[in-house]
Amino acid sequence: MTPPIVEMEGVDLTLQGQTILQDVHLRVEPGDFLGILGPNGGGKSMLVKVMLGLVVPDRGSVRLFGRPPHQTRGRVGYVPQFAGFDRQYPISVLDTVLLGRLGRRRSFHSLGPDDKNLARRCLERMGLAELADRQIGRLSLGQLQRVLVARALAVEPEMLVLDEPTASLDPGGGADVYRILEELSKEMTILLVSHDLGVVSTLVSSVACVNQKLYYHGQANVSREVFDEAYGCPVGFVTHQHTHLVLEEHRHA
Amino acid sequence: MLEALDYPFFQRALAAGLLASLACGVVGTFVVVRRLASLSGGIAHAAFAGVGLGYLLGFDPLLGAAGVALLAGLGLSALSRRLQAAPDTLMAALWSLGMALGILFVSLTPGYAPDLMSYLFGSILLVTPLHVGFLGVLDGVILLGTLVFFRELRAVTFDEEFSRLMGLPVDALSNGLLALVSLAVVVLIRVVGVILVLALLTIPALVARQWTDRLAPMMALATLVGAVCTVSGLFLSYGLSTTWGLNVPTGPLVVLLAALVFALSTLARRGIERR
Repeated sequence: MTPPIVEMEGVDLTLQGQTILQDVHLRVEPGDFLGILGPNGGGKSMLVKVMLGLVVPDRGSVRLFGRPPHQTRGRVGYVPQFAGFDRQYPISVLDTVLLGRLGRRRSFHSLGPDDKNLARRCLERMGLAELADRQIGRLSLGQLQRVLVARALAVEPEMLVLDEPTASLDPGGGADVYRILEELSKEMTILLVSHDLGVVSTLVSSVACVNQKLYYHGQANVSREVFDEAYGCPVGFVTHQHTHLVLEEHRHA
Repeated sequence: MLEALDYPFFQRALAAGLLASLACGVVGTFVVVRRLASLSGGIAHAAFAGVGLGYLLGFDPLLGAAGVALLAGLGLSALSRRLQAAPDTLMAALWSLGMALGILFVSLTPGYAPDLMSYLFGSILLVTPLHVGFLGVLDGVILLGTLVFFRELRAVTFDEEFSRLMGLPVDALSNGLLALVSLAVVVLIRVVGVILVLALLTIPALVARQWTDRLAPMMALATLVGAVCTVSGLFLSYGLSTTWGLNVPTGPLVVLLAALVFALSTLARRGIERR
């Protein structure tokens, strides 16, 4: 039996005296398309970092592909919310995407023509083929964001994790990314972090709501109560499949 | 002026200058793109403690500098990881601590430390054959390390988090990079001295960055800029001494030339972009 792709149990995370995550349990099965929703500052990004083994939790266990995260390097494609690098760094778009191949090299130090071809195909898929030789600082923010998605795809990941991938895109660009995600969801497990309930609910097969604690619902139809509890105020709710979002009036106490 | 090339001391100085250019070009590029300048300054000044220790205990001060520079580089990275203190603060502390220890050691040394100044401001014209050999070995290590781990070092200096996800040994690579920085600092101490190390570690790479968007060409170009500055600094210092009897140390001249090249390069770049 294949182990779940992600298995988090009783995870607590405190950073500088602040509780970020509390008793989080989460399970992602192969083929899932999970949306992680929640308010800004609710711990969505940190949940992902803990899951990937980039941040060590205070308590609880985290398993990726049935093993500790640091033993499963190179199997997850990760698109961070903010590029964690200096945009002035002298590196080309193609070399940036090739970073995604570093985890999959057969032998030490060899990146072959296959890797380059794959990287170019990933760029093509994201509509960036003609920008391959450009320095990454000479891209628009939207283009840069798509380079990060291309880099994650170059990993040939078993799971793709995207943290607010459309935050810096213009609306049209966002639609493109979501269309590609819809295609990809047939090939791999996807985890999409977003605060955009409307879009996410039309895509994903299940959702998890995070606000320190995890309010998880197996299906993508989440009851009002779950959201109310997660957000502390009514934000809206997601209904089944051909979803439409009902935004309710905010009634802050 | 070319008769200078006939003198063995000048040949050695030239060799040392070119070796220093290679160190500053290759490592300086990492220092600039990874913003390690203040850390390099900390390592250089910490290394002065090693120079002092060498005088006190009677071994080659340059060996002392190499030992302490490596210790400081690796210690800093371990400490900042463990204490989660701002590396900046640690660096400032290390910076003065190294100088304090160096001065203390030298003052405890019986007699007079003849070429103490040469470690503070460099003395490329007095470099011994042994030291040229030593610099050659250090350069060899720097070049080999960079060639073998180029892709990994670039990945880690560019995006540490993603490199970790890809399973690269990020901590080991960062330590390796700091070791390379420490070795380059030692090479440059011999040539321009503790106080002027930072200039050569940053200016040539900054100039190179203005003309290329790629890491490897940046290293080559920075090496070239460094070579132009050290070689012309050498000839300038020799010429001033033979023509006007002015004894000007070479290190400061090299740094001034580098600053001049940077200014000209910046102006040229501006001119091109405005067009």
